[in-house]
Amino acid sequence: MIRPVADEAEHGTGLQLKSITKRFGTFVANDAVDLDIRPGEIHCLLGENGAGKSTLMNVLYGLYQPDGGEIVIDGAVQHFANPKAAMAAGIGMVHQHFMLVEVFTVAENMILGREPGLVVDLKAGRATVRELSARYNLPVDPDAVVEDLPVGVQQRVEILKALANDAAYLILDEPTAVLTPQEIDELMVVLQRLRDEGKGIVFITHKLREVRAIADRITVLRRGRVVGRAEPGTSENELAQLMVGRAVDLTVSKQHAEPGPVRLEVENLTVTNSAGAVVVDGISFEVAGGEILCVAGVQGNGQSELADALLGNLPVLSGSVRLDGHDLTDGTPKRAIIAGMGFVPEDRQHDGFIGSFTIAENLVLNRFDRPPFAKGAALDLEAINGNALRLRDEFDIRTPEVQNLGSSLSGGNAQKVVLARELSRELAVLVASQPTRGVDVGAIEFLHKRIVAERDKGTAVMLVSTELEEVEALADRVLVMYRGRVVGIVGPDTPRDVLGMMMAGCSYDEAVALAAAAPTEGGDR
Amino acid sequence: MAEPEPRTNRLRAWASARWRDWTITLAAFVLALIVGAILMIVADPEVAGNFAYLFTAPGLALGAAWTKVSTAYSALLMGAVGSPSALAATTAAAAPLICAGLAVGLAFRAGLFNIGAQGQAVVGSMAAAWVGFSLPLPPVIHLIVAVLAGLIAGALWGGVVGWLKARTGAHEVIVTIMMNYIASGLLAWALTTSAFQRPGRSDPISPEVAGSATFPQIFEQLHVGFFVALAAALVVAWVLDRSVLGFSIRAVGANPHAAGTAGMNVGATTIITMALAGALAGLAGVMAALGPSVNGVPTPLSEGLVGTVGFDAITVALLGRSKPVGIVFAGLLFGGLSAGGLAMQSVAQTPLTLTLVLQALVVLFVAAPQLVATLVPFLKARKGSVSLTGADA
Repeated sequence: MIRPVADEAEHGTGLQLKSITKRFGTFVANDAVDLDIRPGEIHCLLGENGAGKSTLMNVLYGLYQPDGGEIVIDGAVQHFANPKAAMAAGIGMVHQHFMLVEVFTVAENMILGREPGLVVDLKAGRATVRELSARYNLPVDPDAVVEDLPVGVQQRVEILKALANDAAYLILDEPTAVLTPQEIDELMVVLQRLRDEGKGIVFITHKLREVRAIADRITVLRRGRVVGRAEPGTSENELAQLMVGRAVDLTVSKQHAEPGPVRLEVENLTVTNSAGAVVVDGISFEVAGGEILCVAGVQGNGQSELADALLGNLPVLSGSVRLDGHDLTDGTPKRAIIAGMGFVPEDRQHDGFIGSFTIAENLVLNRFDRPPFAKGAALDLEAINGNALRLRDEFDIRTPEVQNLGSSLSGGNAQKVVLARELSRELAVLVASQPTRGVDVGAIEFLHKRIVAERDKGTAVMLVSTELEEVEALADRVLVMYRGRVVGIVGPDTPRDVLGMMMAGCSYDEAVALAAAAPTEGGDR
Repeated sequence: MAEPEPRTNRLRAWASARWRDWTITLAAFVLALIVGAILMIVADPEVAGNFAYLFTAPGLALGAAWTKVSTAYSALLMGAVGSPSALAATTAAAAPLICAGLAVGLAFRAGLFNIGAQGQAVVGSMAAAWVGFSLPLPPVIHLIVAVLAGLIAGALWGGVVGWLKARTGAHEVIVTIMMNYIASGLLAWALTTSAFQRPGRSDPISPEVAGSATFPQIFEQLHVGFFVALAAALVVAWVLDRSVLGFSIRAVGANPHAAGTAGMNVGATTIITMALAGALAGLAGVMAALGPSVNGVPTPLSEGLVGTVGFDAITVALLGRSKPVGIVFAGLLFGGLSAGGLAMQSVAQTPLTLTLVLQALVVLFVAAPQLVATLVPFLKARKGSVSLTGADA
């Protein structure tokens, strides 16, 4: 199914990128990349982090000027000095990080940057929102404040903004990275509808399942070059191989769990957030050594707060947390770490990593004050450096120099640093939240293997994930959370659609009944 | 993976970053001198008057301007480094600036903006002076006790701020500003009490500090305190780069969330950092109270004794990019400007405030590296922002 790179047939209409080259210093981000997008198709641009997908799209959107090659729309060569020029030529972009003013309403965001004079015409803004919502069947309340909207709806606002400019071509940069499974499904439907209306859509992603679900054509980038084009029927393994450049094992090979004695016991745990709302509501569960308990749920149903409370980062209102018999309720992170808790935070950049620290320093972030890294009040720089060199090799952290700043690492390598830090010491329990979010396929494979290896060492593993693929691949048991409560704890073979319905709040029995009633729905995705 | 001499690469990267810092600082200094020269010409009516004949008699105008500027700047240079006694005066002025600069720079590294070095220096000077003039102690011990008293007073004054921030979330900028007012009020009041006021005097001035509590003179104004300041810089450098505490300070400054998640106690680190910063600023006060002046005895405690050292310290820390070595050089530069400024005033009749303008201009240009890069074209290729606080380095 994979065709080697060959010249696409010349089309009179459509958008063509011809031999685009973009360099940053000596680094070639795009090397003579050809890409054509036809009206009425969804064209997936697939590649690992750092393959040059975003750079290419930023060239197309006028944010970067190419060092070579040209952009052709309907046969006419275009020069985009800035995004405004690209927009005028009918190109719209939905960024991964939304470009919305969060405290403004949807209508206010809609007229932002397009106010004709001094007077803000809110009425026109509202009318535009309503008209576009109706035309593309994308319901949004024009008077809702953006920050109050769920992420999926915020993205819808971004799409509407692009459509308001009469975009004929729509670029979506990793649009599913921030979405829940349901929101992803909704987005897919929206994109298919827009395609049927004749829009040309570029869908940037590194998630293979989505590509298979939605793409009409696929172009794969690796290290700045087009390494292949594929048809939608191409298997995930073939796509992964093309993307990474070597054979990738997508299924996690793991033995059946052999749970030992219970290590982590959580009883009736209730946690409130800083605003005082109950976010974890009387949760009880146990994790045994040698098993992986996945906490599944739609983002924002209390999973992050549960993990934070276990670490001691959030105060506990009632209930208890015990690790190997020691009471950790309402402790400090320090106590939990010393008791043997490994913690991979959900937001790596924010909570797990210091960009302005060296990689070596990041690798001892929670152990720098104890031997062998500290001698009395002094740091043992030799030991810290030696530890970093050892872990760099063991965890395949791609950096020439462990004294480089953490911010020089790609997302996948930064996550390897976090995981290496936690897994390189004796653990009783590993609490990992979204350990593979924003990480490319090659690194996911590796991180999954390490987590399973940690389980096999007898560590109790609690894994918080919103990605059903990850839950299916790793879980020995699945705990489904909804609105701060446990909906149920089920086995790893529970069908995907049953899990999905449980994540929406149905009990297991209800979910099974509903799934049986609608056997075709949610089947493939 | 091939690694062609990683150590050399690292060194090269480090060297090029330092080189950029130095060139920008140097360019900023030169630009400041140029602007200062223009101000001097404009401010002197006689010289400025000559410019009315710029086109008919250009020699007159330019000659007068040149004489004015060259006289002033050579006096500045001579007063700062032109003779052994000028150098000694420079070190005496630099010592408190270095200590207070370290107080601001250390706090910066922990993400704290310590505006309170002024107040911390005031209470430090009060405690040191009081021990110096009222406790009858044997020579060496007297000096040590006086210095320790100043350190402790400053540490308490700063530590309170850290404690309030850690406990209640009170912003350190607001609290330190208030603590500055309290410190100066406290000093003004203390100088009216019998514990501080010189017997038989009605004006607010203290007795003279005993010789046993004075920093021993080495050469004219150069005294042991200057070396104490250098030692303090070494200690701070060691703490920041080599110690467990410094690791916490830098982590909390760079990313308090990650530091907390990794088990560090963010609140305790804040308190300790502010106490250490307070002690360093207190040491600046000690320098003012126990350092011998031109006549060999310390200036007695009065309301203006520490001057504006705590505020000048902010500019010193900014110029030194919150790095101890940088702060030592910045302190010496400003110490030199202040010593040379006196000479400039007496020789070229340039107002002393011009040196303040020069200091301000240097910092202004350093704070705006892009502006300097625009004005000095050869720096343009070396793009990149300069970190003033050093918190991310």
